[in-house]
Amino acid sequence: MATTYARPAAVPTLVKVEHLTHRYGKAGGGGLLVLKDVALTLRENEIVGLLGRSGSGKSTLLRSIAGLIRPDEGDIGFVADENGTAPTVSMVFQTFALFPWLTVLQNVELGLEAQRVPGEERRTRALAAIDLIGLDGFENAYPKELSGGMRQRVGLARAIVVNPSLLLMDEPFSALDVLTAETLRTDLLDLWLEGRMPIKSILIVTHNIEEAVLMCDRILVFSSNPGRVAAEIEVDLPQPRDRLDPAFRALVDDIYARMTARAAPEPARDGVFPGTGIAMALPRVSTNSLAGLIEEVDASPFDGRAPMADLADQLQLEIDDLFPIAETLQLLRFAELQGADIQLTPAARRYAQVDVDTRKAMFAQALLAYVPLAQHIKRILDERAGHVAPARRFRDQLEDHMSPDYAEETLRTVTLWGRYAEVFAYDEDDDRFSLEDAV
Amino acid sequence: MSNMPQTARGVRSFSRLLRVTPAPSWADAVAFLLLAGAAILIIGGAEGMSEPLARLNIAPVTLDPWNLPGYALRTTLRMFAALGASLGFTFVVATLAAKSKRAEMVIVPALDILQSVPILGFLTFTVTFFMGLFPGRQFGVELAAIFAIFTSQAWNMAFSFYQSLRSVPTDLEEVSRGFALSPWRRFIRLELPFATPALVWNAMMSMSGGWFFVVASEAISVGNTRIMLPGIGSWLALAIDRQDFRAVGWAVGAMAVVILLYDQFVFRPVVAWADRFRFEQTASQVAPQSWAYDLFRRARLLPVLFSPLTGFGRLMMAIDRRPARVPKARSNAKPNPMGQAAWLGLVAAALLSAAWLVIGYVASHLAWRDALDAFALACLTMLRVLVLIAIASVIWVPIGVWIGLRPRWAERLQPVAQFLAAFPANVLFPFAVIAIVHWRLSPDIWLSPLMVLGTQWYILFNVIAGASAIPTDLREAAGMFGVRRWQWWRTLIIPGIFPYYVTGALTASGGSWNASIVAEAVSWGSEHLEAHGLGTYIAKATTAGDFPRVTLGIAVMSIFVTGFNRLLWRPLYAYADRRLRLA
Repeated sequence: MATTYARPAAVPTLVKVEHLTHRYGKAGGGGLLVLKDVALTLRENEIVGLLGRSGSGKSTLLRSIAGLIRPDEGDIGFVADENGTAPTVSMVFQTFALFPWLTVLQNVELGLEAQRVPGEERRTRALAAIDLIGLDGFENAYPKELSGGMRQRVGLARAIVVNPSLLLMDEPFSALDVLTAETLRTDLLDLWLEGRMPIKSILIVTHNIEEAVLMCDRILVFSSNPGRVAAEIEVDLPQPRDRLDPAFRALVDDIYARMTARAAPEPARDGVFPGTGIAMALPRVSTNSLAGLIEEVDASPFDGRAPMADLADQLQLEIDDLFPIAETLQLLRFAELQGADIQLTPAARRYAQVDVDTRKAMFAQALLAYVPLAQHIKRILDERAGHVAPARRFRDQLEDHMSPDYAEETLRTVTLWGRYAEVFAYDEDDDRFSLEDAV
Repeated sequence: MSNMPQTARGVRSFSRLLRVTPAPSWADAVAFLLLAGAAILIIGGAEGMSEPLARLNIAPVTLDPWNLPGYALRTTLRMFAALGASLGFTFVVATLAAKSKRAEMVIVPALDILQSVPILGFLTFTVTFFMGLFPGRQFGVELAAIFAIFTSQAWNMAFSFYQSLRSVPTDLEEVSRGFALSPWRRFIRLELPFATPALVWNAMMSMSGGWFFVVASEAISVGNTRIMLPGIGSWLALAIDRQDFRAVGWAVGAMAVVILLYDQFVFRPVVAWADRFRFEQTASQVAPQSWAYDLFRRARLLPVLFSPLTGFGRLMMAIDRRPARVPKARSNAKPNPMGQAAWLGLVAAALLSAAWLVIGYVASHLAWRDALDAFALACLTMLRVLVLIAIASVIWVPIGVWIGLRPRWAERLQPVAQFLAAFPANVLFPFAVIAIVHWRLSPDIWLSPLMVLGTQWYILFNVIAGASAIPTDLREAAGMFGVRRWQWWRTLIIPGIFPYYVTGALTASGGSWNASIVAEAVSWGSEHLEAHGLGTYIAKATTAGDFPRVTLGIAVMSIFVTGFNRLLWRPLYAYADRRLRLA
């Protein structure tokens, strides 16, 4: 798949990705389409962000460029420089991926060792990288002795010590707490802006919109199911950037709007989640989160309409947490996503005011009206003499349309909602649904 | 932690060792003495192995206590030789199974069955083979004994290694592919370290199991001649023949000392060392402790001790000069369906012909009646195993819970339970025989407890572990609401210990099946006691050299044990995993 091009005259391009398509599961149809016809050009001296929800294929794209995944179709071209050497890549992982039985120094030396760099040089280069990344004094520590932030520094040192042209980062800060992530981001940006790292370009995967705007020169917004590049946004704010700068805020809002908007004028609610009818894959969203979001948007500062960016800020939610809740509300006709805002429907505003039993009744009504799978289960239970049905049958039905994991999650979600709404009950021991809970 | 040996830096550490330290510490002296002593013992013991077979007639095994340390040494060396062989087998076979889909298809089911097959029954087949390899030398018999021990150790080690290789964390796997580590480097840097803790644990379990067989495999009958290799097993066999009560006592004592020694000097240090390979990235609350390990570490002897390992690694890395290339993508390609079908066909054909061979062999010598007999006897043995596991559970579960809920006691008694599990119970059989003969008890009933004598401890120490893992907040909640007696057991303790109990009971029942071969037919001098069961059937057929019956007996027992695991323990295990997992 990887081809090396002769270097074009003036364009300092590093990597050119064209027509990339990849599916999970069965090759040649049937599998879940993760990436569809994705194109991407990486040039020298830029930080490019891949922004999208989980399942939008951004990690798959990153791993394809890293050479860890062989995509089904498409081409990844590494453009050689004037000396004819092709760019090299190196990766930083979300989970740090440190070898617990190797010391910091040994972890950093790993890539050099694989390249058979002689011992002395290996040591010198590794120590230099450790020094650069602010880890000196920890050379002989084992990863388990370090804090999360320190571990990710080791991951970073290990990646840059092999002098890659392109640094790939897979949600590098998302496993860290807010403060640590901020420090690490700032340090990385400082090193990058001062040109102290031997890398030419950075490609970073993130689902944090502010992080993307803070760091990147260019952001590719991915849409899900299948993963496509929905928008490409140049960020020309000067570094260092200020989160409170109005231009910064405006950009963040703009990206929220783009991420909630759907590409074509589709029928209003279908297509929120992949699949249609009973085969719609439902995200794992608890009824408490739904009620919580309704109450939050209904209450005083927002009064029924809230910008998603502000909500995310206020509730300390990542987009991967916030979007599924908001979209579920939309599915149930409790809210409407308009641009970067979420607008509660009159039903939802009433829901916020009433007592528990009325809430349950309202939820049950919405569930049976707008969630086909819930309708389906209820109808089967009504039809059957004993009003019981094995869960297996619905699981099999779902698995005709989606992967077993998705089927399991969808069934769990509908069980959760059905139980809350008291529309049907589920008995785990017997693995079956029933109309009434047998106590 | 910072001065631990590093796999690829043996030489550097060695030079540090040679550097003259200001004043040699007491730790240096003690550690040096220990090492020198061990070296002399190993060389001395190994010399005896290469002597001609005839020497055994000139210097037969005698019941002189002065000889006992020497015998104990020979026995221990056999154990470790077998352990080495098991390790070699594990690395080759398990790696093959993990890397090749086709090999996996054959190896994994085979290991699964071999794990639960009565190994003692194989003894008859192998001795003849190995003696043929080195006619007239002790070495052939030694190899046969070592092989017998090996067959009791290798399977679960290989299985654990295979499972570890299959569950290497994805992100580390991606790092090694991203840096294009060569297969060798990947094995040494990633797969071997990751698999080490589970492998060490299984090696310890194997070692315990091995003791049981060492006793049975040192005194070997071939046709009319009986060969007794110098060792504790032969000593014991001789003591039983001569009804020498005191000699049996000496053997028990020697065994206890040996087990204590290798536990303190080999396994504990290794466990303490292997702790660093645990994959959890958080520091463990209670790191395994070993005074010997601390001693070696203080004396900076660790690099030397582990130099065979590190040296091997360095050698492999030195040979492996191929520089890194581009990362290797995870292959999405389907295996060639034609090749796959051909392979399947080949395996099926081999299986069928093997089955044909075995059935044909047995059928040409035996009638249907024999199969029915064996089956009925197997049912008897099964009844024994079930009843005994139940009785052992009733006794040890409450005791284990009591201990487990008291951390101070658990800490002290857990190693004792593990020691008891390692102790070869067949050494104690003569005492039972004497008692049964003395009070004229029914062997059918009173020989049965011998089957669980050695294996009941697995129930105990697993229950202790389970009870101490019950979260304090659950216990406090139960206490606050006044949950007592039966409700306390039903809602808190039994669900809490259940997964652990199942593990223990599974091990105990498997061990008991195996033990039935030696426990159902026991002798004391001229007294021979027999209980009706499949164990006796196999044991008698083995003594009589009746190969068809041995084959039939082993086959029936294998079917029972495998069926037992599939129909009883696996479902229980799955249930515990699904419903009773804490957190």
